[in-house]
Amino acid sequence: MTTKIKSFDELKSVQGRLKAGRDPKKPCITICVGTGCLAYGTQKLVDNFREELAKRNLADKIDFRTTGCHGFCERGPMVVIAPEKVFYQRVGLADAGEIIDKTVLKGEIIDRLLYVDPATGVKVVHEDDVPFYKKQTRLVFGLNSKVDPESLEDYLAIGGYSALGKALTGMKPEAIVQEVIKANLRGRGGGGFPAGWKWDATRKAAGEPKYVICNADEGDPGAYMDRSLLEGNPHLVLEGMIIGAFAIGSSQGYIYARNEYPLAIKNITLAIKKAREAGLLGENILGSGFSFDVKINRGGGAFVCGESSALFASLEGRAGEPRAKYTHATDKGLYDKPTNLNNVETWANVPFIIERGADWFASIGTAGSKGTKIFSLVGKINNTGLVEVPMGTKLREIVFDIGGGIPNGKKFKAIQTGGPSGGCIPEKYLDMGIDFDELTKIGSMMGSGGMIVMDQDNCMVDVAKYFTNFLVSESCGKCVPCREGVRRMRDILVDITEGKGREGDVELLEKMATAIIDGSLCALGSSAPNPVLSTIRYFRDEYEAHIKEKRCPSGVCKALITYSVDAEKCTGCTVCAKVCPTRAASGERKKAHTIDVAKCTKCGACRESCKFDAIIVR
Amino acid sequence: MVNLTIDNKKIEAEAGQTILEVARENGIVIPTLCSNEALEPSGACRMCVVEIKHGKRTRIVTSCLYPVAEGLVVETKSERVLAARRLVLQLLLARCPESKQLKEMAQDLGIEPEPRFTPDKDSSKCILCRMCVRTCEKVVGVCAIGFSYRGAEKNVCTPFKEDSVSCIGCGACAYVCPSGHIEMETTDSGDARKIWGRTFKMKTCKVCGRYFAPEDQLAFISRTSGVPVEDLAVCISCR
Amino acid sequence: MEQKVKEIIQQYSGDKSYLVPILQDVQKEFNYLPKDALCAVSTHLSVPISRVYEVVTFYKAFSLKPKGRYQLSLCMGTACHVRGAELIARNVEDILGIKEGETTADLEFSFETVGCLGACALGPVVVVNGEYHGHMNIAKSTKLLKTLGKKVGTDDNQD
Repeated sequence: MTTKIKSFDELKSVQGRLKAGRDPKKPCITICVGTGCLAYGTQKLVDNFREELAKRNLADKIDFRTTGCHGFCERGPMVVIAPEKVFYQRVGLADAGEIIDKTVLKGEIIDRLLYVDPATGVKVVHEDDVPFYKKQTRLVFGLNSKVDPESLEDYLAIGGYSALGKALTGMKPEAIVQEVIKANLRGRGGGGFPAGWKWDATRKAAGEPKYVICNADEGDPGAYMDRSLLEGNPHLVLEGMIIGAFAIGSSQGYIYARNEYPLAIKNITLAIKKAREAGLLGENILGSGFSFDVKINRGGGAFVCGESSALFASLEGRAGEPRAKYTHATDKGLYDKPTNLNNVETWANVPFIIERGADWFASIGTAGSKGTKIFSLVGKINNTGLVEVPMGTKLREIVFDIGGGIPNGKKFKAIQTGGPSGGCIPEKYLDMGIDFDELTKIGSMMGSGGMIVMDQDNCMVDVAKYFTNFLVSESCGKCVPCREGVRRMRDILVDITEGKGREGDVELLEKMATAIIDGSLCALGSSAPNPVLSTIRYFRDEYEAHIKEKRCPSGVCKALITYSVDAEKCTGCTVCAKVCPTRAASGERKKAHTIDVAKCTKCGACRESCKFDAIIVR
Repeated sequence: MVNLTIDNKKIEAEAGQTILEVARENGIVIPTLCSNEALEPSGACRMCVVEIKHGKRTRIVTSCLYPVAEGLVVETKSERVLAARRLVLQLLLARCPESKQLKEMAQDLGIEPEPRFTPDKDSSKCILCRMCVRTCEKVVGVCAIGFSYRGAEKNVCTPFKEDSVSCIGCGACAYVCPSGHIEMETTDSGDARKIWGRTFKMKTCKVCGRYFAPEDQLAFISRTSGVPVEDLAVCISCR
Repeated sequence: MEQKVKEIIQQYSGDKSYLVPILQDVQKEFNYLPKDALCAVSTHLSVPISRVYEVVTFYKAFSLKPKGRYQLSLCMGTACHVRGAELIARNVEDILGIKEGETTADLEFSFETVGCLGACALGPVVVVNGEYHGHMNIAKSTKLLKTLGKKVGTDDNQD
């Protein structure tokens, strides 16, 4: 698309033309090439398809589209064949020829590539019937499977940028802000602050220029929704930003993307270039007289840069230390100018709100939390992936119905939401509906959407130690409560996991937590105690076992566990002896083996390799 | 002018002032570790926290940065405030067990060290109050020292921890350092001083003949002000 | 070296706010950040060297020491952690004889742990020079190192 679209009418006709040029009955092979699927080696499969299509001279008879993440990451590589939307999962990297010959050309189904519902044993043929997808409401994320992120035409063909056209030509900036306020779109990055109010405050603030920023830093470990949105549908995010900029009165925007997301950065860079060429970004957008452009800047590897004032510092080329001053970013943000910072997913929701209206958006979700939310469901879960559900959906549904429950017959123990700033939620709250305020009430928070599932083999004290350790390495070091306080909390937790915990440690942790929450300069410090507090709240018995009995009930904390062989289950296969790095595990073939506790380093290799569940860890 | 209350005392203050400034003007003592009149507040030590009430919400904020407002109610010694300050000092005492100044402050405020915090073994006295770096950057304008690393590894040093190339030997950083961490050695005769790995030759005052400033510092002032070095070679007493 | 640094700075129009991406590009060019390159950045971008040093040491992406021929990144994100990444980290450290964040003396291997790679379905994950290895476990990590040429002690355990 090298000629600029000069009006909304022209945009509509381009969209119409592109849509009409796509025959819905034409066979189309779609493959996910999000980072997750690429990690499975999917690029080879893509090349395989291109080769096989060329060999058969079918390149113009069969559409082939690479897309961003579809969300069902557990089952990649994935291929969907339109128009029937036959769904193939765990596709072999050399299966292209077979799929083309059998399914695309003859309509035959390849059984071994079908998803089998573990609950019913039924083989599912069509994408829409896959339980993982069926139970979701894939409003925002669902578009990923329809567009090649490198193609502006794909996005236009599905009506992309209509919301922008409507906003620029049919709505006043103040009205757009009111619409977003009415929709009650709350920030999807973690804070949950009403986006409309932020826009309004920035709009009314004194000072020029005003900046609009997209926070694509996504620092919570285990959360990758923003990456998948930016990789898979960069134009959606861009469209949201342009609408926001128009509403606020900003002509310069920034996308701050985490350095660890090279594909997302590549795709958004290309999207910006193409949008500019098409007159959808830059000078005089769609002939409306409104000009706005976007620059991309990258992070250097610092979780704290997800915090707005630290992000601004990083954008300004400085170390990512948050600002201690009590000013709102909407008044004095980047370069001390009025700045509106929103998360990737927040921006992605904007075009839907403008296109379909605030009332429609507010009809989804709960009283205090509107719309849908994309979560990354990871950890001890069968269906690892990205899920999108309306706010208010029960945790139980997410974990068991969509997530497929816990693997290997293990028992659910807790689910961590909100990342290192959040908390662990125990089983008794599984029937709680997902909601910003409800989550906060039980000691956790929505956060950016990471949902880490834990089972009976996870030690909650170890989990608290893990998060606290993470925050110690990510603290910027400016203020005393965080720099010194969080590391002292970590030291006490390490002691507890090493059997050196003392009476009174839990109470001390609680006391320190309050002072750290009160005294910290920024939200990293003030939320750092949350994982500790929530695990103490719901799993105090584990802390007490570690401290009073020097015992780790889940068999995780190395200093408190012993490895031994269950003589009754052991078949003498000698595998453990082979993998043991210190020759602690030994025995004769076909005879029960033993583990010499003095030599054992508890590395876990034997437990991992034993096929008879004969290694006991207590 | 704004009307606010600090520790139940009704006070009138100028808009734009911070709670700390107003408190000091009215004889209310709030402890600080990183505050200096010559420098913009940094809000790093968190010792000066107070509890404020504006409307229904109460909040813990640093008084060095929070601006006064009409109707603001401030408590400088509430339970939450004292708990936060206690933790800050206990943490710093564990970080710098050798620091005389910290021990004195702890005594003044009635704060005992927390035995569960194992004191750090290195004898550094730096509490990361940031005054040295802020001074070198904003007051002196040289940027010879700066921060490196982050979190508990954060420290003040010269680039690459090497002997400083740009230091002018003015000693301002050693002067503002509240914990005695930055040391400047001066020879008995006063003809040289050593700091940040470099030895600086001192210039004598052309009037009284006493050593008074490093040659490098005078050269720097000459470069930035345009005043010839010779005209600068007069000590403060003789001016 | 100075010329290359100047070229990189030019690509960002000498804009100081791009210090971090500039340093990333310089690091990519030289496999680490040599002191001379940093001094060149300071000079040509007009940023005090103390600030350049602060930024280089603040962000995890930067390395002042040369990296190994094989750069291993083990994901320690929460999902990978609950699936046992910690044990894999200890195993790699044991075999290579270095701690995370370090490089072997022969400059063959660098090992680091990273916050989250966003490939949670494959967790635990190790990336070697951009290539992803998923569903890692202790045994596989040993095998991986062997494939990359590292001699592993347990070889003589085989009977």
